This record gives sequence, C-alpha cells and structure tokens, in this order.
Amino acid sequence: MVMNAPRQTSHLKREILIRLIKAFYTDDFGENARLIPYQMRPKDFEAPYRCCVYKERAILRDRTIAGLGLSIEETDDSIHMAELAKKVLEREKPEENPLTVLQTACKGCVPSRIYVTDLCQGCVARPCVNTCKFGAISVKNGKSVIDPDKCKNCGMCAQVCPYQAITKIIVPCESACPVGAIAKDENGHAKIDFDKCISCGKCVSACPFGAVHEKSQIIDVLKTIKAGKKVIAMVAPAMFGQLPCSPKQLKEAIQKLGFADVYEVAQGADVTTKNEAKEFEERLLKGAEFMTTSCCAGYNELVDKHIPELKPFRSDTRTPLYYTAEIVKKEHPDAVTVFFSPCVAKRREALKDDNVDYVLNYEEVGAWLIAMNIKVEDCGESSFKTEASAEGRNYAVTGGVAKAVKTLVPEEIPVYPVMIDGLNKQSIRDLKKYAKNGECELGNLIEVMACTGGCLGGNANVNAYKPALKQLTNYVKESKSIKETEEAGEKA
Amino acid sequence: MDKKISVKVCLGTTCFVMGSANLQELIDTVPAKYGDKVDVSGVPCLGLCSIDWEFSKAPYVKVDDEVIKEATVEKVLKAIDEKLK
Ligand code: SF4
Ligand code: SF4
Ligand code: FES
Repeated sequence: MVMNAPRQTSHLKREILIRLIKAFYTDDFGENARLIPYQMRPKDFEAPYRCCVYKERAILRDRTIAGLGLSIEETDDSIHMAELAKKVLEREKPEENPLTVLQTACKGCVPSRIYVTDLCQGCVARPCVNTCKFGAISVKNGKSVIDPDKCKNCGMCAQVCPYQAITKIIVPCESACPVGAIAKDENGHAKIDFDKCISCGKCVSACPFGAVHEKSQIIDVLKTIKAGKKVIAMVAPAMFGQLPCSPKQLKEAIQKLGFADVYEVAQGADVTTKNEAKEFEERLLKGAEFMTTSCCAGYNELVDKHIPELKPFRSDTRTPLYYTAEIVKKEHPDAVTVFFSPCVAKRREALKDDNVDYVLNYEEVGAWLIAMNIKVEDCGESSFKTEASAEGRNYAVTGGVAKAVKTLVPEEIPVYPVMIDGLNKQSIRDLKKYAKNGECELGNLIEVMACTGGCLGGNANVNAYKPALKQLTNYVKESKSIKETEEAGEKA
Repeated sequence: MDKKISVKVCLGTTCFVMGSANLQELIDTVPAKYGDKVDVSGVPCLGLCSIDWEFSKAPYVKVDDEVIKEATVEKVLKAIDEKLK
C-alpha cells in the first residue's frame, strides 16, 4: 500500500490556502479572496483539467470556500465572496462537521456498477447469463449487456467470465470508507452521512478529484493572532517528521508565525502513558481479558457510533491532546490554543474539548509558512520548556502507543500488544469479534490506529511516509526514555 | 566519458510542502536505475520559489541547467532520459 502518495489535488488545495492567507494580510481580504480563481485561471489560460476556464474557476471558488471553513454544499454560488469572507471573520466557532464535498468536481466519477468491457467475446458458453440470479444479462449484437434496473451489483458474472471481460467499477471514496458513510446520491454527487462518519479522512486521501475537503480554520487562527491574543500551538508528534528542519527549528518557525509558545503534544502523551499503564494493570488484576487504547480520535468515534459493545474494553484514559491542552490552559488561562493535527478526526475531538480552541492540519501549516516566506531550514533553534519522552514522541507510529504503555506496566503483569494498523472493513470485523467474545486470542493490549502506519499516515501529512518515519525516529532516538523522566519527576 | 548529469531536487520549505517531499524517493531510485551516469541530491532552496508568486509552480528540480516546474517523478525521469539520448 502506498501511503501519503503524491497527489496533484494536494497541490491545488495548498496553493489555494497560500493565496487565501496572503489575501487575509491585504487591506481587502474579501476582494482578494474573490480574485483567487481568476489569478489561478486567467483569461487566456488553457484549462488543464476541465472543459473550460469558467468551469475550473467555479471549482476553484468552491475550494476557496472550503479554505474559508464553510460548507460547499450549503453555500449558494450567488453569494459574493466578500460577504462570505465577512461571515468568516465574524464567526466565533468553527463549523461542526469537519468535511465538505465539492460536488461539481465529483460528477466525472461514475457510480459504482458492474460493467461489461470490450473484452467480451460473446462466447457460446455464456456463463454470465446463466450465473446471474436476477436475469439482468442478455446478449445483444454478440455482446453481453447488463440491464441496470435488474442488476444488483453482486458481481457474480465478473467472477465467472473466462475472459475477465466484466469488471466492477468502484467509486474510490465509497470503497475507501470503512463504515459506509459516503456514497453517491441520485444526482451522482458524493454525500457524507455525518451520523455514520468517523472522520477518518480516508475519503479525503482516496478521491482522485480532490473533491472531499477539510473545512479549514486557518482564517480563524489568523484573525486571533492579528487581534493580538496570546495564541499557543500544541504540536502532535507526527509534525516532527513533516518539514525539512530540526524540531527546534520548527518551534522557532512556528513562533515566527505569531504563536506565543509551542508545546509538544508528546508531553500529554506521557500523561496518557502513565494513566493507561496503571489502568491496564488494574483491569487485568480484576480479570479483564484485554483493553484497547483510546488515543486515536477516529477509533474513538468508531466505537461511539458503530461498536458500542467495545466501550467497556476501551481505556478510560484521555488522549494526549486532552492532557496537553489541560496543561496549557492551566499554565496560561488567558491563551487561545491551536492543535497542529495530522488528520481530520482530531477536529471532531477538539470540538468537544473546551481546552482546544482551533485545529490546523500540516498542509495548512505548510501553506502558512510559504505565504509568510518563512524557510524552516534557515530558522534558528528554540528549545521546548518541557521536553517530552522518547515514548511520547513515538506515539505517531504504529506500535508506539502499546510500546510506551508496556514500558510502564510492572513486569509481573504480562503485556501482549496487538496492533490494529489502520481501520478498514476487515479490522472493524475483528474488533467486533473481540467485543463479542470478550477476549482477543492474539493478545491483551490492543492498540488501534485509524490510519495505516499511525498518525504519520494521516490524511493531512506533508512528507512521504518513509522519510517522515526516518526523521521522527531520529528525534525519538535522541530523547530520554519515559522511565528516566519518570524517576526524575519523582525525585523532584 | 561524458560529463555526469546532475539532478538537484529542491528540498527547501516551499518545494517540500508543494510536493518535493514525494520526490525524495528519486535520491534512491535514480542511482539504482542509472548508476554513475547521474548524480542526484536534495538541495536547499534554489531561489526560484520567491520570485513573484512562483511558489505555485513549485516543486522545482534542476536537471543540469534545465529547470523542471511542478516536478513529478515521471517528469524528472523523462528529462534524464532525454539527456542520455
Ligand atoms: S471519489 Fe467520491 S468524492 Fe471523489 S469524485 Fe468520486 S464520488 Fe466524488
Ligand atoms: S471521513 Fe472516513 S468515515 Fe467519514 S466519510 Fe470519509 S472515509 Fe467515511
Ligand atoms: S524552496 Fe525550492 S525554489 Fe525555493
């Protein structure tokens, strides 16, 4: 599986964010935001992707709307961009559902169905006709034809064709979604059912048209900083693998953007590790067969919405973000907090946590640095006030959370970690089975990551997976173990 | 023997965020494919991104003196093949 594969659509999304941020810093934000599609597709420009510049501009306008953090579906195209910009500047809280689908971009993608290709030889055996239980296939002009009204999409015909002439056309977002929350509606537009959606972000990565957008909170953050408020960044560990610089340079770069201070969310991860280790010990002593971790927001939403029977097995320990935000607000009650996130799911978690005011993803942070012409590789180094442990920093990698917890569980309690490395239909079935049986034959500490590879595989990462992993691992290697920091803390 | 072809993948902030993060694989795959005919390395900002809005054409890769805009793995390999002809 290719993680964080290169996508032309990311380039577009990032370019719009950069232009939007630049527009924010001009005297006329609304007008300059309106001009973005015209600057990107000027009059004589040859439309690279679609029929004409007008269509492309309309789509770019919609992408800009997502950049403003508004719902594309609910925004009328007759409303002037200046008015939308004003609305965003006045809003107090980001919108609830974190995703929005650009439906005009979605049209080109055909609904999922069974399709007879040119390879059909109109053979004499005609196993397809005989296999179809619904009588949907007949042979016309020497080729098989499927009657869409009768076809139930079962795919049996595709399996029996000796020429492999019948294929199933898949809709990328539908097949990527582990919980069936996104589907094309009768107009051919993808639509997300937010009662089912667990904000895993897989549809964002899967759509080849880049039609699924995160609603950005970048303008909310820019506005807060411009108002002179004390804004503090909380940076998830995956961030340290994202940009071509050292962790300390990254801190300096973030401060240059206007943040008063930067905290590592790995610091909160250390609290999670301590609590979760204690909880694991208690649960096992009470006779529990297994416990699952609870740090991944996508997994937490999955349990709450789709597998409630797993709740008793999920750790009650809070997430690294929760503890970090609590620490920051205690130390700086007057501060506005912004979480730097690798994924969509954390946006939902933040909305429920009063200590987290805003969320930016790594694409947005990258775009912001470009817009301000800050070169991270040229930045000086600035130290973190509290250094997190190696284990906390390694939370971003599959296996890292279980390993951290294991470090602190007393030796007499055996820990057998099991990794759910990415949520998909199969791993969800496995989780349901563990809940139903009340045990997991593979181990007793189940670490669940919604994204394959862990947070470094999140939908909003900038770096490719392998180099990101290498960079983060180097950081982890030069950090102290939580055992050492624990002891130091106890002595103090 | 002919001069080596030099491939410079810009790994400055702008190019990195706009996509050269995904070109880092070239640093491993190019030597594997072309042996010592090609010299490939990741380099700091080539200075092309800050010229009047040119960030939108990042990432940049230089193959000898030729600048490749909005570079992709395919474009870079094609440029190398052209030079080797
Ligand atoms: S993958 Fe889904 S969101 Fe993307 S164009 Fe196809 S139907 Fe639309
Ligand atoms: S975010 Fe995840 S759960 Fe929600 S629609 Fe997309 S793929 Fe499905
Ligand atoms: S970062 Fe590549 S040219 Fe500046």
